[in-house]
Amino acid sequence: MSVIVFVENWDGKFKKLSFELISYARQIADKSGSRVIALSIGTVEDDELHKLGNYGADKILKVEDERLNSLINKAYASVITQAAEKESSDTVLFSHNATGKALAPRVAVRLKAGAVTGVTEIPSSLDPFEVKKKVFTNKAFANVRVRSVKNVLTLFQNSVEIKETENNAEIEAFDAEIRDQDFKTRVLEVNKITGKVLLTDAEIVVSGGRGMKGPEKWQPLEDLAAELGAAIACSRPVSDEGWRPHEEHVGQTGKIIAPNLYFALGISGAIQHLGGVSSSKYIVAVNTDKDAPIFEAADYGIVGDVHKILPELTGEIKKMKDA
Amino acid sequence: MTSAIIFPIFVSFINLYTMNFEFSEEHKMIRQAARDYAQRELLKDVLERDAKAEIPWDHIKNLTELGFFGMMVSPEWGGGGMDTISYVLAMEELSKVDSATAVILSVHNSLVCWGVEKYGTPEQKEKFLRPMGSGEKIGAFLLSEPEAGSDATHQRTVAEDKGDYYLLNGTKNWISNANSGQIYIVIAQTHPEKGHHGINAFIVDKDTPGITLAPHEDKMGMRSSDTHSVMFSEAKVPRENRIGEDGFGFKFAMKALEGGRIGIAAQALGIAAGAMERAVQYSKERKAFGKYLSHHQAIAFKLADMGLKVENARNLILKSAWHKDNGLSYGTLSAMAKLYAADMAMEVTTEAVQILGGYGYVKEYHVERLMREAKLTQIYEGTSEIQKIIISREMLRD
Amino acid sequence: MKILVCISNVPDTTTKIRFTDDDTRFDTASVQWIINPWDELALTRALELKEGSGGSIEKVTVVNVGPKESEPTIRKALAIGADDAVRIDAEPLDAHVVAGELAGHIRNNPYDIVLCGIDSSDYNGSLVGGMLAELLDLPSVSSVSKLNIENDEITINREIDGGSEILSTETPFVAIVQKGIALEPRIPSMRGIMMARKKPLNVVEAAGAEPLTEFVRFELPPPKAACKMVDEENIRELVALLHNEAKVL
Repeated sequence: MSVIVFVENWDGKFKKLSFELISYARQIADKSGSRVIALSIGTVEDDELHKLGNYGADKILKVEDERLNSLINKAYASVITQAAEKESSDTVLFSHNATGKALAPRVAVRLKAGAVTGVTEIPSSLDPFEVKKKVFTNKAFANVRVRSVKNVLTLFQNSVEIKETENNAEIEAFDAEIRDQDFKTRVLEVNKITGKVLLTDAEIVVSGGRGMKGPEKWQPLEDLAAELGAAIACSRPVSDEGWRPHEEHVGQTGKIIAPNLYFALGISGAIQHLGGVSSSKYIVAVNTDKDAPIFEAADYGIVGDVHKILPELTGEIKKMKDA
Repeated sequence: MTSAIIFPIFVSFINLYTMNFEFSEEHKMIRQAARDYAQRELLKDVLERDAKAEIPWDHIKNLTELGFFGMMVSPEWGGGGMDTISYVLAMEELSKVDSATAVILSVHNSLVCWGVEKYGTPEQKEKFLRPMGSGEKIGAFLLSEPEAGSDATHQRTVAEDKGDYYLLNGTKNWISNANSGQIYIVIAQTHPEKGHHGINAFIVDKDTPGITLAPHEDKMGMRSSDTHSVMFSEAKVPRENRIGEDGFGFKFAMKALEGGRIGIAAQALGIAAGAMERAVQYSKERKAFGKYLSHHQAIAFKLADMGLKVENARNLILKSAWHKDNGLSYGTLSAMAKLYAADMAMEVTTEAVQILGGYGYVKEYHVERLMREAKLTQIYEGTSEIQKIIISREMLRD
Repeated sequence: MKILVCISNVPDTTTKIRFTDDDTRFDTASVQWIINPWDELALTRALELKEGSGGSIEKVTVVNVGPKESEPTIRKALAIGADDAVRIDAEPLDAHVVAGELAGHIRNNPYDIVLCGIDSSDYNGSLVGGMLAELLDLPSVSSVSKLNIENDEITINREIDGGSEILSTETPFVAIVQKGIALEPRIPSMRGIMMARKKPLNVVEAAGAEPLTEFVRFELPPPKAACKMVDEENIRELVALLHNEAKVL
C-alpha cells in the first residue's frame, strides 16, 4: 500500500505546493501505515528531489524522457498510472491546479478510482474513505465518501501545514512505458511570464477593481505589489472592460485563489468575486463606499480613495520592512 | 405506476380551469435575455448617456440584432411573432436600467409596428412593416401638437387632399424617435369641418422633402430618448400611404394608444421595480443607528408598500396584455394599467430616493434618474388625467 | 466537422447556498437554473467557430446528462444557437456517472471536437472533460483559453502556471475550456428563443454508469468575524495589524 504524489516541477524546481502535497500524503500514510511515494516527471536534479524527503516522502520515483518535457495529458496520465500500479497505491494525490485538474480525471478512470477534487482536509476516515472538499465555489464544503478501493485526490492549496521531517528518501529511476500514440497533441510554442509572481502560488495578492478608475491608473497598485513581492489580480468588470488581461481575473468564473493576504482595492465585492477569494487567510479591503459588501468579507478595512491610500500604504510597508 | 393513472385526470382539470399565472419557458427566456442585456450592457453607460442626452445608437443596433425591435410583428413580415406578455417582460427588464432606450422600443413596437400590421394594406406592410419588423428601420408616432397634447381631437396639422397625394403642413411636438425613427405615422386633419372624423393617419418617410426637425429637447428625464418637434411644410405624401378609409385617423390613433399604454405601463413598472431593487439592496447593506436599514421598521414597511404596488401594477399590466393576446377588449384595462403603473412609479421612485437619502439624491446611485424618468410616464401617451377620463367613461357608459 | 458541447445545469451563481435533509442535500427550492458558466462560454466559442467556418463545421450539438428538469437549460442552449441537443436521461450523481454516460453516447455518435467547461459552479469537480477523454481514449487539452481552426488545422492556447502554450492537436479531441475562450456568453435572440422548441432535443436512455463517490454531508463555512476598520489617516495602524496581529507581513 502507498500514497503516491505527483510532484510538478517548474524548470527543475519544486514549489511550496509540492511540499504541501507531500506533507498531506505523509499524514494519510501515517494513518494507514503506508508509504509516501513522490513521482517526478521531467528533469530535476537529485538535490532538489531529495528535498521531498524532508517533507515525508519515503521514495522518489523519477521519470526522465524528453518527450515529457511539456505536459501532454494522455502520456502523463499513462506514466502516473503505471507508477501507481507498480507501487500498489490506494491514493493518488495531485495539486488542485491546472496540471492536477488535467491529470487527475484521466488517472482516476485508468485506476477505476473515485475522484475527489479540491480537498481541504486530511480524510476524516480511511475506511470508508471520506474527505472534505470545497463546493459551490467556496460557499460550502461537502464530505465525500469514495465507494471504490482506490481514490484520486486534488488538494486545494494552503489547506494543510507543511511539516518538515527527517526522511532519507531513496531516488529510483522509473522506466515507464511511453507510447508514441499518446502524443497526438504537440506544444508548438511556450510563452512564459518571467519576473512576475504567479497569481496561483502567490502568498500575497494585490487586486484592483473598478474603483481604480481606469487602466492607466494601475501604477500605484503595481508599486504596492512590487514592494510586497505580490501577484496582481483584478475583478471581473476590470477584465471585461479590457483594463487588465483576463489571466488576472479572480472570482467565480476566473481564478480561484487562496493566498495568505489579499488586498481588494476598489472592489465592491460582488458575491461572484468573493467566491474566488474568500479562501484567502486575510482580506484587506479599501473602498470609498463604506457599505460595500467587500467589508463583510474582509478582515481589515479602510474607507477611502484607493489612490490616496495606496502610495501611503506602500510607503508604510517599506518603512516597516526597513525598520 | 400511480402517476400514469393520475396524469390524465390531472390534465382534464387543467383544461377545465384555464386561468394560469405561470410564464412559459419562452417568456422566462425572453425576460432573462432582456435582463442580461440591461444589466450587462445598458447599465455600463446609462449615466453618461443621461448626462449627455445621447441617443443610444449602439444599443439600438444590438437590440435590433437580438430581435427586440419588431418582436411582436408576425414572422410573415420579418418580426419575432411574440405575444404582448413577452413584450411586457422585456420592457420591464430594460426599463429597470434604462427606460430612455426602452421607450424607443415601445413607440416602435406597440404604436407604429402594431398600427401598420393591424390596419395597413398588404402594399404598406411590404414597404414599411417589413423593414420595421426586422428593426432595420425604426418608427415614430406623430400625434401631439403644441396646442393639442392630450386632446387629440383638435389637430392643427393639416393634410390637404390633392388627389394623388396629400400635402402636409403644421408642427408636431414632443415626438419620440423623431431622429432615430425613419418611418413616421403622422396624424393630421383633412376635413376640419368634420372634427375628429376628418382626421387621417399617414405613413411618411422621414426623408420626404418639407420635413424638418427642431433641436433635441433638453428634458428632465428619459434624456437619451430622442425627442424633437417636427415641422411639415408642403410635405407631399402619396395617397396610398393613408391608413384606412378617409377619416379613420382619429380612431386609428386611439386604437394604437390602447396598446401603446401597455408598453408605457410596463416601462413605468420597470422604473419602479428597478428603483425598488436598488432600495432593497441598499437597505440590506447600509447601517443606521447600529443596525441595517432593513431592520428599521420604518424602512421595512416602506419596502413592503413598494413591493405591493409594484406587484399590483405588474398584475394589471399582464392582465391587459393577456386580454390583448386573447382577442379580448383591453382599452380600459390598459388605461388602468398605465394610470396605476405611472402613478405608483412616481411614488415608488420617490420613496427609493428617500431610503437612499443623500446617496439617492446623487446621480451615481441611479434612483434620482429613475425618479425623473417616472415623471414622464404620467405624462406621455395620455396623461394620468386622460386615463381617468377613459376609465370613467367606460364605467359610466349606459 | 461536428462539435459537441457538454453542458451542466447548475444553480445561478448568485444563489444563496442552503442544505436540507440534515445537510445531506442541496436545497433546490426557488433556485434559478442556468447553463454552467464555463459551458456557456464553450458553446459561444463553438458557435463562433461554426459561423466563421464557411460551412466546414456543419453542426454544433449540446449534450446534458440530467433529468427532465434540466430541459429548460438545454433549450436555452438551443435558443443561443446550438443546432440540436441530446439529453441523457440519468441523475448526474457524480463525475463518473456523467463522464460514463457521455462516453457511451459519443462512442455511438462520434464528434470531431468535444468541448467541456473546466469546472462546474455547483460541485466544482473539474473532472468530466478529462474522464471523458480517457474513457474515449482521446487526446485532451485542459485550461484552454483560445481555440482556433484554420484549414482544418487546430491551434489551442492553454494556460499554464506562469504563462501560456500554443498547441496543435489531431481530431477527434476533447478541449477543456476556461475563461478567455469567448469574450462573454451570448444573449439569445428573440428568433432563437422562438426556434428553440422547434429544434431537436433527443432524449436517450442512460447506459447505467455507476457513481464512485457520494456526498455524505454538506456544511457551510463558519461565519466570519467582523471587519476591523482602520481610519484612512492611520495607514500605519493597518500595517502594524498585518504585521503583529495577522502576521502576514
